[in-house]
Amino acid sequence: MTTATYHAPASLSEALGLLAAHPGAQVLAGGTDLIVQVRAGRAAPSAFIDIKTIAGLTGVRRSGEGFAIGAATPCTALLKDAALCAAWPGVVEAANLIGSVQVRNRATMGGNLCNASPAADSVPALIAAGATCLIAGPQGEREVAVTDLPQGPGRVALQPGELIVELRLPARPMGGGDAYLRGIPRSEMDIAVAGAGVALVLGADGLCTAARVALGAVAPTALLVPEAGAALVGTRIDDAALTRMAAAAQAACKPIDDKRGTAVYRIHMAGVLARRAALIARDRAENNA
Amino acid sequence: MNDMSAPPYKVVGTRPVRPDGVDKVTGKAVFGPDFAASGMLHGAVLRSPHPHARIRAIDTSKAAALPGVRAVVTGADFPTLESLTMALGESSGDVLDIARNCMALDKALYEGHAVAAVAATSTLIAREALQLIAVDYEVLPHVIGIEEAMAADAPVLHDTLFTKGLDATPDKPSNVATRFVMANGDVESALAGAAAVASGRFTTAPVHQGYIEPHACVASVNADGQTQIWASSQGAFMIRSLTATILGMPISDIRVTPLEIGGGFGGKTTVYLEPVAVLLSRKCGLPVRLVMTRDEVFRASGPAPGSVVDLRIGADKDGKLVAADIEFRNSAGAFPGSSVHATAMCSLACYRIANFRVTGWDVVSNMPSSAAYRAPGAPPVVFAVESALDEIAMQLGLDPIDLRLRNAVRPGDPGPMGMPHGPVALVECLEAAKAHPHWTAPLAPRHGRGVAAGFWPNYGGQSTATVSVAEDGTITVVTGSPDIGGSRASMAMMAAEVLGLPYEAVRCIVADTASIGFSMVTGGSRTTFATGKAVVEASEAVVATLRARAAAIWGIEDDAVTWQGGAAQAAGQEPLTIKAIAAKAGQSAGGTIAAEATVNPLDYAAGLAVHICDTEVDPETRQVRVARYTAVQDVGRAIHPSYVEGQMQGGAVQGIGWALNEGYVHDAGGRVANAGFLDYRMPVASDLPMIDTVMIEVPNPAHPFGVKGVGEAPIVPPLGAVANAVSRAAGVRLRDLPMSPDRVHAAIAAKG
Repeated sequence: MTTATYHAPASLSEALGLLAAHPGAQVLAGGTDLIVQVRAGRAAPSAFIDIKTIAGLTGVRRSGEGFAIGAATPCTALLKDAALCAAWPGVVEAANLIGSVQVRNRATMGGNLCNASPAADSVPALIAAGATCLIAGPQGEREVAVTDLPQGPGRVALQPGELIVELRLPARPMGGGDAYLRGIPRSEMDIAVAGAGVALVLGADGLCTAARVALGAVAPTALLVPEAGAALVGTRIDDAALTRMAAAAQAACKPIDDKRGTAVYRIHMAGVLARRAALIARDRAENNA
Repeated sequence: MNDMSAPPYKVVGTRPVRPDGVDKVTGKAVFGPDFAASGMLHGAVLRSPHPHARIRAIDTSKAAALPGVRAVVTGADFPTLESLTMALGESSGDVLDIARNCMALDKALYEGHAVAAVAATSTLIAREALQLIAVDYEVLPHVIGIEEAMAADAPVLHDTLFTKGLDATPDKPSNVATRFVMANGDVESALAGAAAVASGRFTTAPVHQGYIEPHACVASVNADGQTQIWASSQGAFMIRSLTATILGMPISDIRVTPLEIGGGFGGKTTVYLEPVAVLLSRKCGLPVRLVMTRDEVFRASGPAPGSVVDLRIGADKDGKLVAADIEFRNSAGAFPGSSVHATAMCSLACYRIANFRVTGWDVVSNMPSSAAYRAPGAPPVVFAVESALDEIAMQLGLDPIDLRLRNAVRPGDPGPMGMPHGPVALVECLEAAKAHPHWTAPLAPRHGRGVAAGFWPNYGGQSTATVSVAEDGTITVVTGSPDIGGSRASMAMMAAEVLGLPYEAVRCIVADTASIGFSMVTGGSRTTFATGKAVVEASEAVVATLRARAAAIWGIEDDAVTWQGGAAQAAGQEPLTIKAIAAKAGQSAGGTIAAEATVNPLDYAAGLAVHICDTEVDPETRQVRVARYTAVQDVGRAIHPSYVEGQMQGGAVQGIGWALNEGYVHDAGGRVANAGFLDYRMPVASDLPMIDTVMIEVPNPAHPFGVKGVGEAPIVPPLGAVANAVSRAAGVRLRDLPMSPDRVHAAIAAKG
C-alpha cells in the first residue's frame, strides 16, 4: 500500500523545502476541497504539506495602506477584521458564501483560489478588487494579479515547488465600493451557477471614474470583463449604463450546460447578478465618498 | 384539533418524549454503520464504471493475493435461482432480480452496479484490493431516458423481458416490462362533450429518498451455517427472508438484529449488501462489515422512478369532472417494478370521475433499480392530475378548492380498484383548507398560490407484538417493526392507554427476528395501524389475565372484576394494582403475565391530504421561494400528535424538494453527475418556511383508537401544490420537475 505522509512545517522555508523534496506533494490548508478529493479518489498526493502551522500565513494584517490576507486564513476570520470588512465588504461577503459555517471555519482564501474551481466565490470578488497574490518558491518570491492565476478548472499558474503566501488588497480608494453576488438554486450550501463581483469608484461629482467587473462560473476560469467595467466609467451608474454593462458581461460568458445549470441560464444570470452587484457597489461607494 | 367528541384518553393524543430520544441526542444510538463485531473484517464493493456492459470475465487472483485480503466474491458465488416472486410488503419483487441487483452476473446494468466484493483487515486494504480486480467488460450502448428506452431501436437490457399486459405477447424482448390498464365508461365521448379540457405532458426526474444514514450491515456466518446479520432497515424479517432466498439458506439459520435506522422513506425495504456480506463472511469465517459511501448510495441504491405522463381531463361547465385519459410511463431502473399499479390506483382516487382510462408502462433502463419512496408511484402522476385540475379551475373561473370539493370522493363511492372507498375524509380536508386563514390571505406581488390533494391507500399486513409485565408491574412491549417515525413511542402509548398506566411505565423495543414473530416491513403507513393493533390486542390479553389473577386472589368471578387506572377493581374490594398482582405472579399457577398477538388486518383506511403552497418567483433570477405552506391531512387519530405533524411536515418538505430542485442528472456517458448532497439539491432548512399543519381526525372504526396511517399521504400533494403556485406566480404552466431556476427561466422565456 502507498501511504501519503503528513508534514506540518513551522516556517515558509521549511515548507518550500518539503515541497521540493516531495514532487507529488500537495499543500494542505483548510482541506475542505483537498480532503474531499482524496477521499473520492480524485487526488492522491504523496505528501500533505500543512501550511496552517506557519506563522504569518494565517490572519489579516495591514500592509502599507492595504491588506495582506495569509493564504491559510479561514474565511470566517475575515469577518473579525473590521477594517477589512469596511474596505472590501464584497470580498469578505464572497468568502463567506462558501459552503457552511463549519466549512468556512476551515476553508481558506488561498485554498479557494488554488482549487481553481470556475465557480469559486471569493475569486471574482478578489479580481474585481484588484487583488494580487504573493507567491513563494524555489526561485524566490513573485507577485501576480489574482486574475492571472487560474488557468482552467483545477489548474493555476503555480510552478512546481511554489505556494501562495498571501493575498494582497489595495487600500479602498476614496469613493470606492465593491460587492459580490452569486446565483444558487438553494438559499445556501450550494455552488454558484453564476457569480459577479463589481468594484467601482465614484468621483466627487458622482461620476464613475473606475470600475472592474469579474464573473464566476461562466467560463473555465473566473473572468475579468474590462468592457463591462468600461461601460460604467463616466456614468452615474444609471439604468442605461447598467444595461450596457450587463450586456458586456453576458457577451464575455463562455459557459457550459452541466448539472448545476444551463449555459443559457448562466448567461442570463451573469447579467442579472452583475447589475445587482453594481447597484450595491454604487451604494457603498456613495457612502464612502 | 380539539375534537370535543374524542374519547377521554389519558395517554393517546399527548406528546411525551420518545424513548429513543436520549440515545439519539447524546450520540449513543447504534446506527447501521456504527455496529462492530469482535474480529470483524471490512468489506468494499467493486462497481461497474459503465452503465451497460457485458462481463466477459473477472480475474480476482491479484486481489485475493494481497496481504490482508481474506475473501473475494463475484456474481458466480451466488447460487443459481429460479425466478420466483414473493411477497415483499406493499410491493413484490422478483428475487432473482434482487440477487442480480446485489451483484451482477453476466451484465452490468447501470453505473455503480456491484460486480465483486472484498473483505480485508482494513477498509484501505479492501479498497486497494478492488483496484487489483480485473474485469473484462464489453461495453454496450446504454439508454437512460424513459422514451429512449421504449424506442424500437433502444439497447435492450434483458433478453428475457417480454412485455406483460399487452393484447398479444410480443415476439421480441424489450425494455417495457408491463402495460397496466384501468378503464371505465366512454372517455372519448365524455371528453368531446366537456366544457373545459386540460391536456398535456408532464415529466418528473428520478429522485432519491435522501436518507442520511447509508446502507450498512455486519454479517457473521458460522461453520454450521448459522448466520447473524446486524443491519438497519425497514424490516429485519425482510432482510432475513430475502437473504435466505437469494442464498438458498433455511430462514431459521439467519438471525437479523435491527439497528437504529437513520432514515429509509421506502428505500430500505430491500437488500443490497446483506447477501454479499454473508457470502464474504462464509468464505473467511469472520464477521464482515459493508457500508456504502454516499456516492454508492446515490449510484447504487434505489431512486424513485422518473415519469412521463400524458393526460387529458375534462369537466362540464359547472366544474364536474366528466372524463380522464392518463398514460404514464415510469422508469423502473435496471429491473422491472416501478409501482405502476399504485401509480394507476392513486392517479384519480381523490375524485368521482365516471369515465376514465389509465394506462401505465413499467420501463427499464440503465439506472439503479428503483425502490419504494413514500407513497411509491403516487406523487408524479398526482402532480400531473392536480396541475390539470388547476388549469380547469382557471378555464372555468372556479376556486380551485371549490372545483375539488365538487368532485371529491365520499365514503362508499367506488374506489380506484372498484371496491368502495372506506372512511375517506377528503371533503373534511378540503373544507378545512378552505377555512384556513392561509387560503384567503392576500397575495403579495409576484406570489402565486397553489393547492393540491392526494390519496394513499395505506396498508395493514402481518405484525406480531408481545406485552409482558415485569416483576414490579412495569411493562415491556416488543415488536418486529423498525421505528422510522416514532413508533416505539406510539406503541408504548397505546399499551399504556389499554393498561391504564402512565407512559413512562411502558417501554417498547424492536426485537431481532429470533425474538419476535414475523412482521412485515415498516412501510405502506401500516405500522401504527397494524402493529399498533397487535400491541392493543396483546395489551388487552394482559388486562384479561390481570383481571383473572385479581379474581382468583379475591375468590370471585373474572367478570366481576374491571380494570381501571392500572388496577383491578371489584365491588367491596380494595383495588389491586398491577404492581401488587405482578408481585404475586410467581405464586400463581399461571406464572409470568405476558401475551403475544399476531394480526394481519385488511380493514386499513386510506389517508387523504390537501396542501396549500405560496411561492414567490424572482422576476429576474426566476428563483422560486416557498413563502408559506399549510398541510391539511385526515390522520384518523393522532396517537402522538407531534410525530404525526412531523410526518406531515417531512412529507411536505421532501415533496417540495422533488418539485423544485431534486433529480438525478446523467452525463452523456450515462453516469450519474450529481451523486452527492452538494449537487443533488435537497432543500436545506433556510429554503423552507415553517410547514403549518392541520390534523383532521376522522377515526378509522376498524382500529381501537381510530388509526389510519399518516406517513405517505403527505408526500402526494406537494408536487402539484408547488407547481400550481409557481405556475400562477410565473404566469406560465410549469410541466416539468424539478422546477429549477433554469427551467423556470426557460419556460418564461418560451412564453415570451
